[in-house]
Amino acid sequence: MVIPFLGWLILFSPLAACVLITLFFLRSKTWSAALAVTSLLFTFVCTLLLFFQILQGRQPSLIEQSLAWIRIGPLAIDFGVIVDPLSVLMLLVVTGVGSAIFIYSIGYMQEDPSFPRFFASLSFFAFSMIGIVLANNFLQLFMFWELVGLSSYLLIGFWYEKASAADAGVKAFVVNRVADFGFLCGIILLWSVSDLGSGRSFLFSHLLGVVPHLNKELLHWTALLIFCGVIGKSAQVPLHVWLPDAMEGPTPVSALIHAATMVAAGIYLLSRVFFLFEPMPNVLSIVAHVGAITAFLAATLAVTENDIKKILAYSTISQLGYMVMAMGLGGNVAGMYHLTTHAFFKALLFLGAGSVIHALHEQNIWQMGGLVKQMPVTGITFLIGTLALCGIFPFSGFWSKDEILLLAASHNSFLYGLATLTAGLTAFYMGRLCWVVFFGDPHSSSHPTHESPKIMTFPLVFLAVLSVVGGFLGIPQFLHPGEPTEFNGNVALISSTVAVGGLLLSYFVYGKCPHHDPLEKGLGPLYSLLKNKYFFDVVYRWYVEAIQQRVALIFYLIEKYLIVRLGIHGTTWTAKKAGGVLRYLQTGTVQIYALIFVLGVAYLFWKLIQCPLSPLGRGSGLP
Amino acid sequence: MFTLGPLTGILLYPIIGIILIFLTPRDKTSWIRGISNTAVFLSFVTSLWVFFHYDSASGGYQFVDHIPWVVPLGISYHVGVDGINSVLVLLQGFCSFAGVLVTRSIKERVKEYYLLYLMLIIGVYGVFMSLDLFFLYFFYEMAVMPVYLLIGVWGSSDKEYATMKLTLYLTGGAVLAFIALLSFYNGVGLGTFDLVAIQQHLTVHPLSPQLQNWIFPVIVVGFGVIVTLWPFYTWSPIGYAAAPTSVSMLHAGVLKKLGAYAILRLGIQMMPEAAQTWMPWVATLAVLNILYCGLISLTQRDLKFILGYSSCSHMGYILLGLACLNTIGLNGVVFLMFAHGIMAALGFALVGTFYDQTHTRNLDELGGLAKRMPFVTTCFTMTAMASAGLPGFANFVAEVMILLGAWDKYRWQAVLAVLGIVVTAVYMLKAVRLVFQGPLPAKWNHVNDAKTVFQRLPYALLILVLLVVGFWPSLILKNIEAGTRPILEQLERSADIEQRITFRKTE
Repeated sequence: MVIPFLGWLILFSPLAACVLITLFFLRSKTWSAALAVTSLLFTFVCTLLLFFQILQGRQPSLIEQSLAWIRIGPLAIDFGVIVDPLSVLMLLVVTGVGSAIFIYSIGYMQEDPSFPRFFASLSFFAFSMIGIVLANNFLQLFMFWELVGLSSYLLIGFWYEKASAADAGVKAFVVNRVADFGFLCGIILLWSVSDLGSGRSFLFSHLLGVVPHLNKELLHWTALLIFCGVIGKSAQVPLHVWLPDAMEGPTPVSALIHAATMVAAGIYLLSRVFFLFEPMPNVLSIVAHVGAITAFLAATLAVTENDIKKILAYSTISQLGYMVMAMGLGGNVAGMYHLTTHAFFKALLFLGAGSVIHALHEQNIWQMGGLVKQMPVTGITFLIGTLALCGIFPFSGFWSKDEILLLAASHNSFLYGLATLTAGLTAFYMGRLCWVVFFGDPHSSSHPTHESPKIMTFPLVFLAVLSVVGGFLGIPQFLHPGEPTEFNGNVALISSTVAVGGLLLSYFVYGKCPHHDPLEKGLGPLYSLLKNKYFFDVVYRWYVEAIQQRVALIFYLIEKYLIVRLGIHGTTWTAKKAGGVLRYLQTGTVQIYALIFVLGVAYLFWKLIQCPLSPLGRGSGLP
Repeated sequence: MFTLGPLTGILLYPIIGIILIFLTPRDKTSWIRGISNTAVFLSFVTSLWVFFHYDSASGGYQFVDHIPWVVPLGISYHVGVDGINSVLVLLQGFCSFAGVLVTRSIKERVKEYYLLYLMLIIGVYGVFMSLDLFFLYFFYEMAVMPVYLLIGVWGSSDKEYATMKLTLYLTGGAVLAFIALLSFYNGVGLGTFDLVAIQQHLTVHPLSPQLQNWIFPVIVVGFGVIVTLWPFYTWSPIGYAAAPTSVSMLHAGVLKKLGAYAILRLGIQMMPEAAQTWMPWVATLAVLNILYCGLISLTQRDLKFILGYSSCSHMGYILLGLACLNTIGLNGVVFLMFAHGIMAALGFALVGTFYDQTHTRNLDELGGLAKRMPFVTTCFTMTAMASAGLPGFANFVAEVMILLGAWDKYRWQAVLAVLGIVVTAVYMLKAVRLVFQGPLPAKWNHVNDAKTVFQRLPYALLILVLLVVGFWPSLILKNIEAGTRPILEQLERSADIEQRITFRKTE
């Protein structure tokens, strides 16, 4: 019985921290930070407890506990927790990486006057994210899915006085809402066909039994609609546009929400409801292609970006593309594996970037240089993260990326080619970033800087260790015990060669550290295409301004002129005119009134004479 | 003698308040405020008491007071609540209490304002607890009339046009409804206005289909005007924009729901056969409400207009839910009436907090207010999120229930209604962005937040309600379910009869 109880505890302790901070400690830096960090560390410890219990096989591998939330006639909505290797692994990522980032934030946000608000929002995020992980039914998952959207909105727009930050928050929320339109429709559609005699249900355990009985075409649409949600949350093409803008938020937020955990929620969702996609090869193929295209496009965009956080943001999109592709190729375990290692090294990279930004108050990489000497801990951990991201042996990224490439190689050579090319691009843009920022001479305009405080470097070291050993922790075995890990020497060799090649190429281009980008001239028109981010934003803005706003305006004009002018004012006009006509009857001349009166009497008299039954009538019998 | 129950108490406190205010000299404004606040507070507490003591297991009408009045015509003072009414009375309790607290900002002709406001409050309470058609109509008019003066005298921008339009519209609707109710009274032929008696009679002897078929649409349109059924909504945005804060709170929060309540109680429950015929049309109009008014909201620059069109748009969900005529949908409707009522009242109340200081609601002139008023910003952001159907707020539960209820019967309408949630998110977030975020113009440096506990109370109270009900929907659902059960049974019975008829025909 201990496990479900731990599940509830893990879910609600960050919420408790958030509520307490909001109600009582909005003025106290110490208390707000202490509460938030303690609650998350506590959930981390609880999760570790779960982890070891499952690892030692002391508990069954799937435990579910459910409360009736709404019961109205045929409608049953539950609220429950599900504890299995998948959710525990995801919880470890969220609470473990989350704890490191929470601690880091104490240092990073120290000077900010809204420090307590920051920790309240972070705790709220932790609550919603854990809710997604533990949800045992679709509607509950959707609820927390929306709540992480809210916390993302609040944290991107954390510095709301800055117009760009506020705009980015709105953009993130709205783009996700557009995706969730499809997602919600998919959930309801699935619910509406889930009745096998015992009533409709949102429960995953119930739906698992329903799927084999469903009409293929219906299932096809359902799976695609649910995949819409993934496209939004995990920033896949064509809805990836919100994630680079989301970098307006404080850097720890980018690390936690927009790299390690929230954006990975889409992958987690795919893994959780993989039973829905598994029997549909054509849907899986769509998923895989969306992932691969996203991985490639985002990697090319990272090459020409100059903002250190945005480079990492595109890199995140690209790596998420890898994970989605893995899922589409049927690699449920491989996708989750890469999610985990990516969380380690991408959080590390963002926190490293944050450390640099904290020191320099600058995000443009061309204004930086030679930082490895001035900030050794940040520099070295950042390089470790880079090597892990590029997939260099024996860092964690090598192992997880290799599994995905192996899958692609055995299924689809086009996807494999694209994925390998992306691996090369990844090494190239990360190499570019590192050469320019950490090597060469310090930039002329920058002041001498120094290493960040211990509270910030400690999480960096922690994450760096994880990024190094992540491949040896037995993550795939934990998820799927008994399955032997394949290893293909050729695939590993090719991917390593490509990665090293990318790094070397970047050295030749940027190793001499010019203070401007030589590619600007080298790429020609391609460069401007990349600078304009393939015109996605332009097209969307055109849609919003030229179509949506115009349609809305036309509706408004219809209302103003057709309904109000013609309908309402028309009615009042008719009433007025009718009154105006009738007014002529009231001339005020007594003679005319008398005339009408006499005419009326005469008419009545004549009528009465005509009527046989009246006393004046012809047949009345009067003499 | 008759012993009077808590419901009469709810009506009586504001009446006593009115009498006391009459006797108070007009310059003693603090006395007047004190009297009104106390009276409304007492009604509010009683409504809470009624809500929590309603026995949902046994259902039916409870806390009934019955005094015969005009015996030959069958008119009597008859009040009572079933599950639905208990929730709506509670809604009115919260909104009127928050509203009367917010009325503090009125500085001119204080005495008259409170007199009319208390009348409005009595009227709305009255409609929700009347079990007599005559009194129901009487209270309905009592709620509509004071608004004319309240907007005309204390309103802002374009108030004469707005109040005239609003009153004409609502009276026009009321006249239509009146005609329908009279023919209904005749058609039933019991010679009584007593709703309970009529309901019992109709379960055994339903009205003839021909009669139902023309009375029902007239009732839907007549009361539909006040629910802003498309295209009869144009009075509402402009009316709310012109109305003083506490009036727009009650109007958008509670009065709009009177119409939906009347359609449910007098239309669907009394004439289930006609409902089956006519409601599909309403479902289509409902989608027009949701999307058309939602899109118009996108073009508006005045925050109160945005909220006004938004509330018209959300009424679409209520209408769609009514059209479902099934368990999930109807329960969802009453839930949304409650949730939207609280949310709309909150939204208009919050606009008042800064409008009193900036004297503009134009999005282009405002901005950055979060820096000066963090509390109001937090509340307004939460309202926006509630409006956009974010989980955790009561509105989400209600909207999801309505969508699930509509899914089988009205697939395309339901899908378009989901799209409406996206549109809501766009205009609400845009409003938050332009009013509260971004740099603060220097001219708003003097704006102050709601600081004292007493100032914050109304907003905090309403938000708390939204959250509590959002997290724990069963709290009000059990009452709602007890109330909708007889209506659903009635619908089922009529569907059975219809089936039997078609069966016989095919035989």
